[in-house]
Amino acid sequence: MNVAADNILTVRGLCKNFGALAVTQQVDLDLARGARIGLIGPNGAGKTTLVNLLTGMLSSDAGTIVIDGHHIEKAKPETRVRHGLVRTHQINTLLMETSVRDNVAIAVAERQNYAWRMLRYGPQWRACLDEAQHYLEEMRIGHAGDRRVSELPYGEQRLLEIAIGLSLKPRILLLDEPGAGIPSTEAHIIHEALESLPPDIAILLIEHDMDLVFKFAREIVVLVLGRVLTRDVPANISSNAEVRSVYLGRSVV
Amino acid sequence: MQALTILLDGISYGMVLFIISVGLTVTMGLMRVVNLAHGAFAMIGGYIATVLVLQAGVPFLLSALIAAVVAGALGGLAELTVYRPLYRKGELPQVLLTIGLCFVVIAGLTLFVGATPLPAIVPASLDRMVDIGFRSYPAYRLFLIVVGAVLAFIVWLIVERSLFGARLRAAVDDPQMARAVGMNVNRMFTVTFIGGCALAGFGGAIGAGVLPLEPFYALRYLVYFLIVVAVGGMGSFRGSLVAALAIGIVDTAGRYIVPQFGGFLLYVLVFGLLLWRPNGLLPPKSVA
Amino acid sequence: MTNQQQATTQQQILAPAAMSRPFSPAMLWHLLPWVIALIFFFVGDGYHSLGTNILVMILFALSLDLALGYAGIITLGHAAFFGAGAYAAGIFAIHFNADPVLGLLAATAIAGLLGLLTGMLILHTRGETLLMLTLAIAAIFYEIANHARWLTGGDDGLSGIRVTPVFGLFRFDLWGKTAFLYALSVLFIWFIIAALVVRSPFGRSLDGIRQNTKRMRAIGTPVWWRLVAMYSLSAAMAGSAGALTAQSTRLVGLSTLELLTSGIVAVMLVLGGERRLYGAFIGAAIYVVVQDFAGSISPFIWMFVIGFLLIIIVLFFEGGLMGIIDSVVAKLKGKADASGQTGKRT
Repeated sequence: MNVAADNILTVRGLCKNFGALAVTQQVDLDLARGARIGLIGPNGAGKTTLVNLLTGMLSSDAGTIVIDGHHIEKAKPETRVRHGLVRTHQINTLLMETSVRDNVAIAVAERQNYAWRMLRYGPQWRACLDEAQHYLEEMRIGHAGDRRVSELPYGEQRLLEIAIGLSLKPRILLLDEPGAGIPSTEAHIIHEALESLPPDIAILLIEHDMDLVFKFAREIVVLVLGRVLTRDVPANISSNAEVRSVYLGRSVV
Repeated sequence: MQALTILLDGISYGMVLFIISVGLTVTMGLMRVVNLAHGAFAMIGGYIATVLVLQAGVPFLLSALIAAVVAGALGGLAELTVYRPLYRKGELPQVLLTIGLCFVVIAGLTLFVGATPLPAIVPASLDRMVDIGFRSYPAYRLFLIVVGAVLAFIVWLIVERSLFGARLRAAVDDPQMARAVGMNVNRMFTVTFIGGCALAGFGGAIGAGVLPLEPFYALRYLVYFLIVVAVGGMGSFRGSLVAALAIGIVDTAGRYIVPQFGGFLLYVLVFGLLLWRPNGLLPPKSVA
Repeated sequence: MTNQQQATTQQQILAPAAMSRPFSPAMLWHLLPWVIALIFFFVGDGYHSLGTNILVMILFALSLDLALGYAGIITLGHAAFFGAGAYAAGIFAIHFNADPVLGLLAATAIAGLLGLLTGMLILHTRGETLLMLTLAIAAIFYEIANHARWLTGGDDGLSGIRVTPVFGLFRFDLWGKTAFLYALSVLFIWFIIAALVVRSPFGRSLDGIRQNTKRMRAIGTPVWWRLVAMYSLSAAMAGSAGALTAQSTRLVGLSTLELLTSGIVAVMLVLGGERRLYGAFIGAAIYVVVQDFAGSISPFIWMFVIGFLLIIIVLFFEGGLMGIIDSVVAKLKGKADASGQTGKRT
């Protein structure tokens, strides 16, 4: 595994045990600027655990996580976000009672350090709303800004999730199953949204929909039983015998 | 010698707390409802027993049993009508509705019985001192300890040794799983609630000499009942026994040794304990 | 429903304070409570102390709305700060300075500081544990006030509070007219602050924390600090309310710290409707007035009514009286779908 010169995220020897169960074992992971990596693995491979370790929702037992020279493996989740490590959620964690635009604007305010403002905030908040609208339009849901999230169709909620992630100006974006729960007829919406993401963001896509992963990712990391089995370009992954036998027991594409 | 007296006073007081609170710990653990009306059922029991003894001359123990039956029946009624819609709501509505229920009970009882504190109903047979070797000690307090121990044993048999108890513990540990394997959780709620309220009513009746009955009983002692639940660990039967006895002893000792602090010591200890172990001393698996 | 109608609904959902929005006649409604209060000042002879009590309770309920309604901090111990403010103002007046404004500021600062310290300790926890910790704090405060007789007067209460004229100009008269205007001014200032705060990025982030803590962490929100800040603000406001009651009645009793007081203020808030600012106004006003009326017959009849009302509101009318008013208004306007305002908000 060669370390590229413009590596933005470097993970070395990451471990996590739940009691006697080792759910993450010695994981190394490198993400270069603008990377498009797919993370796949059978159920229970530890994909979500890995995301939680990276974002700080879980604390790791060993290993280092470095963003741009900063060690963040001990940092709180919110500090990691400020270093540009942002995730989207598999299940909906949107603010359902709040308007679509406010959902994004609240995130923008947080990034801009306006979120502590209590009494004088008019122009700043309007700027946050404008910026929020920009991200909504980028995700093609600009028309829905005034609606409550709970009134939004499920697919558009997933797009909102990505818009919020983008609004935090991430350097690394972890997309946790953005296509989950979306009918296959609408899967192309997510794919198009992913393709339109800014090219300089490093993206790690965790997804069950193999179609989506193989279309989107330029490299694929296969996680099995908490270990990185292999990392390669999609064409090699689909023909990799080891992946076939261990991962699915059948063709992956 | 004084230490032993404090210990006995603390244990008898703790037993009353246990009898009243054990139902609350199980229902809060099982149903995940913030129930501030539990003291109201103890109050109902205490009032009924007192009225029966004073007005109708019913014997002490029999009136306490009748009080338990009535409190249990009213508890079942409340569970079916106002508690059931509450399970799906947030903590604030739960807090408010159960406070409301508390108010209704307080108002109802005082309208019928009057707005003054009730005299303690301790029968003559218990209202005396007995020699316990090194000194004489009130028979009533010994009676509380014995009854508390017997009830704790019975509750232990039900919770730890019966099929119902096994199901109950499973439901507390993992409510979703219990539903998934087809347990009739709703009926379990009702039955447990009735049992808990009956125990509370009984405890309110026999414990009136320790926790005096007065119009604001349901709110005044509520904090103690809640502390038992929180310190013991919600849904933990053993925890509630340990916590009730510990609280009884600590509170009694505090008032004996440093009377100028009153209940201060107890609250500070509880506060510290909850910061240290937010889920209590012996939490069930689901929250551990 | 069109987007435009949605937008209107949205604006109604988000706090009522009108700022930097084009003027519309509907905004005149915001003057209503203040106009009523001023009319009351001129015609309410004999009832000014009752009126002051209403204003105090509105302020107290409003403070709870910030913590419990907007930030979702589940507390049954808010009387701790109300009582702390009342005692602080009383002790300040007796031992240091009888100037009411100084006393009010001191009490507000002390209550806010206590909110900050206790908030830092307890706001790591959630749910029932948090509820118990708030109860324990109020109980600790109560025990302190009960046993520090030399300072607080214990269960006799704190008496002998002197108050000099406000700004050296307006004497507190026997009929409580000055006290009424004084309390009204304090309430107005706090209301403006509250209305600004709940619509601010800060307030919105707390609304987000109430709805989904996980989400807010994921966008980089320092959740604990944010909660501590709102809790302290709310405590300071409750302290102001306590100070007002100490200065207007010249008496502070242990009941200011009681569990019942914490419960009653929550009842007022929910009666009026939480997360609506004006809910505190309606809830507190109705509670105090009807209590005064029914309480003169029998306090227990009043408890029965209020208890029954609480059960009904929780089971059938989430959103309280303001929720009912909103849905009626929405129906009258023909904006058929009022569900957005009366729906489940837990």
